[in-house]
Amino acid sequence: MAPFIRLKFVSKSFADVVAVDNLSLDIEKGELFCLLGASGCGKSTLLRLLAGFESPTKGTIEIDGHDMAGVAPADRPVNFMFQNYALFPHMSVAGNVGYGLRRAGVRGDALDERVNALLKLVRLQNLGSRKPHQLSGGQRQRVALARALARRPKLLLLDEPLAALDKKLREDTQFELVDIQEKLDTTFIVVTHDQEEAMTLAGRIGIMDAGQLVQVDEPRKLYERPKNSFVADFLGTISFVDGVVGQRDKTGIALDGDLKIRAITNLDLAVGKAVRLAIRPEKICLSRTASTAPNQIEVVVEDLAYLGFATNYRVKTPSGQMFKLQQQQRRSNETPLSWGETGYVHFDPQDVIVLED
Amino acid sequence: MRGLVRYVAHLPAVTGRRLVIALPLIWLAVFFFLPLVETLQVSFTTPRRGIPPYAPLWGFGDDGFFTNFTTGNYALLLQYWSDYFGPALNSIKLAFFSTLVCLAFAYPMAWWIARSTEKWRTILLVMVMLPFWTSSLLRLYALIGLLNPNGFINAAGLWLGLIDAPMQMMQTDFSIYIGMVLTYLPLMILPLYAVMVRLDADLLAAAADLGASGPEIFRTIILPLTIPGIVAGSLLVFIPAVGEFVIPALLGGPDQLMMGKVLWTEFFRNRDWPVASAIAILLLAILTVPIIYARYQDGRVTATDRSERPVEAK
Repeated sequence: MAPFIRLKFVSKSFADVVAVDNLSLDIEKGELFCLLGASGCGKSTLLRLLAGFESPTKGTIEIDGHDMAGVAPADRPVNFMFQNYALFPHMSVAGNVGYGLRRAGVRGDALDERVNALLKLVRLQNLGSRKPHQLSGGQRQRVALARALARRPKLLLLDEPLAALDKKLREDTQFELVDIQEKLDTTFIVVTHDQEEAMTLAGRIGIMDAGQLVQVDEPRKLYERPKNSFVADFLGTISFVDGVVGQRDKTGIALDGDLKIRAITNLDLAVGKAVRLAIRPEKICLSRTASTAPNQIEVVVEDLAYLGFATNYRVKTPSGQMFKLQQQQRRSNETPLSWGETGYVHFDPQDVIVLED
Repeated sequence: MRGLVRYVAHLPAVTGRRLVIALPLIWLAVFFFLPLVETLQVSFTTPRRGIPPYAPLWGFGDDGFFTNFTTGNYALLLQYWSDYFGPALNSIKLAFFSTLVCLAFAYPMAWWIARSTEKWRTILLVMVMLPFWTSSLLRLYALIGLLNPNGFINAAGLWLGLIDAPMQMMQTDFSIYIGMVLTYLPLMILPLYAVMVRLDADLLAAAADLGASGPEIFRTIILPLTIPGIVAGSLLVFIPAVGEFVIPALLGGPDQLMMGKVLWTEFFRNRDWPVASAIAILLLAILTVPIIYARYQDGRVTATDRSERPVEAK
């Protein structure tokens, strides 16, 4: 069966700027897909292409098996939730939610019933007569969601749906959004620049850069097995070690030089080839004393930041290599390492990410 | 002395702000409120030969306080109301239709300017304002030059063979309305532009996304959200248009008597300032009462809106 959404070699240029560059992507029905990237990477343009506000310079967009070329926004089985919500300020909440239904000719009791059901879905039952300016940010966001869902779209496009909310509200709302998506089984495509938001919301994330998809994967795979240093660096914090392969055996490699870091990999890497190793901060262990653990390196504490639940360290090897690491606060009488003190880091060869670029 | 120093030390912060408010207030008091009070006074006195051509309303003479208070001017207007009713109706009709025509032209123009790129917006707005920088009399005489039987339009029409004889365009309703629209159009465009430029383009995209057609977007989104601009522009055009004297005098025929002309006649031909003032005051009252009432209603609605605070849903 063909995927629900199929983008084939889609490009979009504005004057001399290429916003989307020869991009192909399949999205399955009922997925909650997240497009993640820095501002200007083309993710919003991609969303507007799907909505039909823009048409591609090249390539085809298929939704539910139909080519969308020349199909107006209103005629697509798609609705759009705007970043600033774009609520109609002169209409009540019920008026906003029912707008799409009234345009489709729904009137009277049928209209009231649908609007009430939608308001219940987003938990705004009692606020139907309010005007948008009388609502809080979170309530406005829910009105926008209800309005966008009113016409039962097969695909809902959400442009930075949580960006206008404060942190606490954002955390509650993102779970609510996932709940609603699961309840309705509608395909959601969310655009965001917030990686935490993408990680919590999405089943799959597509990381975009310069109009292209760099990697499309589940959040865990993106984080644990990034394809290149852009993805590794974009998602979370990471330490890079550049070097050349000094040894190669069946299960992995070891670096040449003074940092003989061992990494497990099945990449085909010959001795002498330049590689970049990457290690996540929480995978690195810092201790006062040396042990027999693999990948043990002597370091000096350069900088630390106490966060309460953990401490972030920046440590430096005698050769000048930096590592960023995070130590959980354990129940221990051992005093943590402080500025300028010498200690040892070690990490499992399994946790070392090997990048070829 | 110490008290004075302390007083002066506290002065700048307060006076700075007060000065900013006080200057326009003084300006309004001197050039708007005082003349209005003077007009009101004159409307209750009797005319006389001399300078000024009316008796003082009150004063202190040889016998002490005296007053020339009379409601006779208003009684006169009431008695000969039919003489004034016609011109008043003509003026209101002219102002009303001028407002409508201005609105019909200004609405699409303002929309077009508001949806242009920022660079073009400035250029177009300057072009809208540009006529204000030339004398209105000059513009009207230029218009006469265009519309005259031997003017440019008729000459061009004859030369091209489109018409056999010169069209009568001057001294008609047509020429008056052309003059009115020419003069008042910018006053309609600017407030409309001000509300349209603030209209979020995402609202239109959202309406389209929810299935609204072009006319539906206009009816349900654009029109309701631009009503403040329509009201403001209409008032800015309608109010001065009612008292307009120059345009009907220069471009219109002798048959259409306007309120402005009546006022002018009373003031300068009859030199009956009290009656003229009474007309002016009455006209002002008739025009401002509905506006004040509308504003009051508007203010009440806004007040109730504000009283409802956002409440989190349970």
